[in-house]
Amino acid sequence: MSSITQPVGGHGHGHDEHAHHPTGIMRWVTTTNHKDIGTLYLWFSFTMFIVGGIMALTIRAELFEPGMQILAPERFNQMTTLHGLIMIFGALMPGAVGFANWMIPMQIGAPDMAFARMNNWSFWLLPPAAILLVLSLFVPGGAAETGWTLYPPLSIQSGMGMDLTIFAIHIMGASSIMGSINIITTILNLRAPGMTLMKMPVFCWAWLITAYLLIAVMPVLAGAVTMLLTDRHFGTSFFNAAGGGDPVLFQHVFWFFGHPEVYIIILPAFGIISEVIPAFSRKPVFGYASMVYALSAIAILSFLVWAHHMFTTGLPAAGILFYMYATMLIAVPTGVKVFNWLATMWKGSISLEAPMMFALGFLFLFTTGGFTGLILAIQPVDVQFQDTYYVVAHFHYVMVAGTLFAFFAGIYYWLPKWSGKMYNETVAQWHFWLSFIFFNVTFFPMHFLGLAGMPRRVPDYAQQFTDWNQVATIGAFGFGLSQLVFLYAVVSAIRSGKPAPAKPWDGATSLEWTLPSPAPYHSFETPPVVK
Amino acid sequence: MVGNQERSTRALRAPSKYSARWLAAALCAGLLAAPGVATAAWEWNFQPAATPIAQQITHLHELIFWICVVIFVGVFGTMFYTLIKHRKSVGHQAVQFHENTTVEIVWTVIPFLILLFMAWPATKVVLAMHDTSAPDMTIKVTGYQWKWGYDYVQEGFGYYSTLSTSFDQIQNRAPKDEHYLLEVDNPLVVPVDAKVRVLVTAADVIHSWWVPAFGVKQDAIPGFVRDTWFKADKVGIYRGQCAELCGKEHGFMPVVVEVKSKEDYAKWLAEQKKKVAAAADDPNKVWDLKDLLARGRQVFDGNCAACHQPNGTGNAAIGAPPLVGDKVVLGPRQHQIDVVLNGQTNGVVATGGAGGKMPSWKQLSDVEIASVISYTRNTWGNKAAEDIVQPSEVKAGRK
Repeated sequence: MSSITQPVGGHGHGHDEHAHHPTGIMRWVTTTNHKDIGTLYLWFSFTMFIVGGIMALTIRAELFEPGMQILAPERFNQMTTLHGLIMIFGALMPGAVGFANWMIPMQIGAPDMAFARMNNWSFWLLPPAAILLVLSLFVPGGAAETGWTLYPPLSIQSGMGMDLTIFAIHIMGASSIMGSINIITTILNLRAPGMTLMKMPVFCWAWLITAYLLIAVMPVLAGAVTMLLTDRHFGTSFFNAAGGGDPVLFQHVFWFFGHPEVYIIILPAFGIISEVIPAFSRKPVFGYASMVYALSAIAILSFLVWAHHMFTTGLPAAGILFYMYATMLIAVPTGVKVFNWLATMWKGSISLEAPMMFALGFLFLFTTGGFTGLILAIQPVDVQFQDTYYVVAHFHYVMVAGTLFAFFAGIYYWLPKWSGKMYNETVAQWHFWLSFIFFNVTFFPMHFLGLAGMPRRVPDYAQQFTDWNQVATIGAFGFGLSQLVFLYAVVSAIRSGKPAPAKPWDGATSLEWTLPSPAPYHSFETPPVVK
Repeated sequence: MVGNQERSTRALRAPSKYSARWLAAALCAGLLAAPGVATAAWEWNFQPAATPIAQQITHLHELIFWICVVIFVGVFGTMFYTLIKHRKSVGHQAVQFHENTTVEIVWTVIPFLILLFMAWPATKVVLAMHDTSAPDMTIKVTGYQWKWGYDYVQEGFGYYSTLSTSFDQIQNRAPKDEHYLLEVDNPLVVPVDAKVRVLVTAADVIHSWWVPAFGVKQDAIPGFVRDTWFKADKVGIYRGQCAELCGKEHGFMPVVVEVKSKEDYAKWLAEQKKKVAAAADDPNKVWDLKDLLARGRQVFDGNCAACHQPNGTGNAAIGAPPLVGDKVVLGPRQHQIDVVLNGQTNGVVATGGAGGKMPSWKQLSDVEIASVISYTRNTWGNKAAEDIVQPSEVKAGRK
């Protein structure tokens, strides 16, 4: 990893940045550099991705055939809970923050993030939170067994694993809020002369909007789990009907956080895709202004649709109609984005290197997940699908084939800039095709399972669901193993990749490509002038 | 309707469905070894609708699905066209355009119109599903960890409906039968062509009462009563499951509804009432050990075995102690009555039936509690000094 931070001799960053910095492990613990912290976020994300992935494979192994084989039912529920929490709060969100740390200063012509020490703190809060989550497996009663949604009264019944989970969520929320404040301040204050907001790369716009979403909803989640905590230990009755509370109140508060959270996870991915597709089509992004407006529209609508996660709780008809219409409306700005990406490619000069392949995989599969989202928005249809494998299929299409594929696209796209080394194209193409195929083998059959009536979060199932479950399990192991190819592609590039030129992609236009590869420790010490 | 066997034969008769099933099976046959295919069900679509609402949902889903397919083909047809024609490798030069207001307005407005077209029929179904007025009968459904309670509100009786699949099948010690995990001891019984209003609630945590063939899924929320309705138009047995994660045995609390003809239902109802009258246990009757043990075993397997295991060995992972040699079971009977009625956590008995790690079982009858306590005191080698508990003692313990 050291290669990432070597200053390039002869460039305008003369003094030795390392002279007064600690080395070894203390360098990473005390670092305030946006690139070091970005790297920490990305490796943390990958580690959590592996941990959550192993849990997913445990779940899939248990579901390979009917009957209980390897997990007791309560352990199974703990696995589904931790898989969800770790993937969302440990893998996807920190991964996106890793990209933000690396790319935002470079794309807006800044030397670093605005609050360098807070940046360090917001990362180093995450490992303790992750440790709490994983440790909760080993306390009496085991980890939280409620699913990542933590619905009471079930979560009131759980053992101390639930308290550890609540504490972990508080810590991760604090980390997210600090990260967001940093990103917003950086973007609003540290742009290079001439870099107006409407000239920023779409990636920065996507993160600016995401950061506002995070600041708006993380405190809401913190409030919801705090009420849970006081209901559990201090005799309050927020969610206890016997004491005048309402279990469904938790769902309203949780999903008021939870739906914007979905866009917190996908908007940075939209940003990455909006960088990669123009670069490999050798054309500017189509409809830049409408891209920004669409991102904003999605963000605003995300606050108005939360109850579509609660379509079977018994909402009044008027409520159902409101949330159904509002949810359907999201298809309009999302459609605009997809059409704009297509128009960006249209009459371009397209080449299909790994970043572009993952971007295309994203486009194809995320849109599929968008269509199932539209189907789920139709409340009468959702009554059949709510809490079935159809929903599981839907959100893995948007989160794995959506966000994760966008991360892969971004990593292959920017790795030359980060490490100064090129990845091996053949290995990366293998990684794409294996991931693409096994992803579909895993998750496409889950649509059929949901249609046929298999509920989610069950450790065992009736025999008519056996066949598709077996296909899904085979696919899951294939998908998991394919990620070792990814690890190899990245590590071999960093260790022994060919040196990368400053701008390896001839269609790339944003500011980071004006810096040498690897990028200097302090990105722009003299701000570039943007015309 | 009743089983896969019947559904498969129906599928064989419907040519379009058959070919799609065959195609799906063929696509995956390459991926899977023979054993999977041999018993292949490859279910890939909704269960056949048995109510007008389920029928409407199926049609609505088909409509939206095919609209999505058409858009999908259009969008990705364009994508693959541009990927083939506008490649650098075929020498295509990029044309540097980057906006077109007309096009952008068109592709904002057209999706909006398509959404309006979808929203209209969806709204009609939403309103129809909410019309619970003028029911022919009302049933109250209560979710428990982990079984369903059905109360025939107007008839004044009710019963519990518990999974009847054996532990041996779940633990892979016995072959699984046709309705593995989708069978219960006492299904809900309703007449055909009657509008049944269902009041749904729960006693402990949130559950969700779901019958796919009826298009009915309603969360059961403790402390609140929600309602929904169905009107089954075909006689048969319909199987669903709890759809909201409700703890350890969430996957093991199926919903089974038996729809009978009007005459058969009337007969069943009469029998049921007679049985209820006959079985109305006199709590003051003095029971002998043999009867208590027989009854107690039933109660134990239906309620206690999920945690304490059928052989009383307990489950340390969830903190359910073994009952074999347990000091509560072998100790004073009054204490065990308190524990079973009120629940307890870490050896502290809850007050007023609040429940705890060991839940409160006060919803069981005096006879059931007396018999199950007597059962634990005289089984698996247990031989308590105070070996018999009479229903009258439980009644006295309730206060």
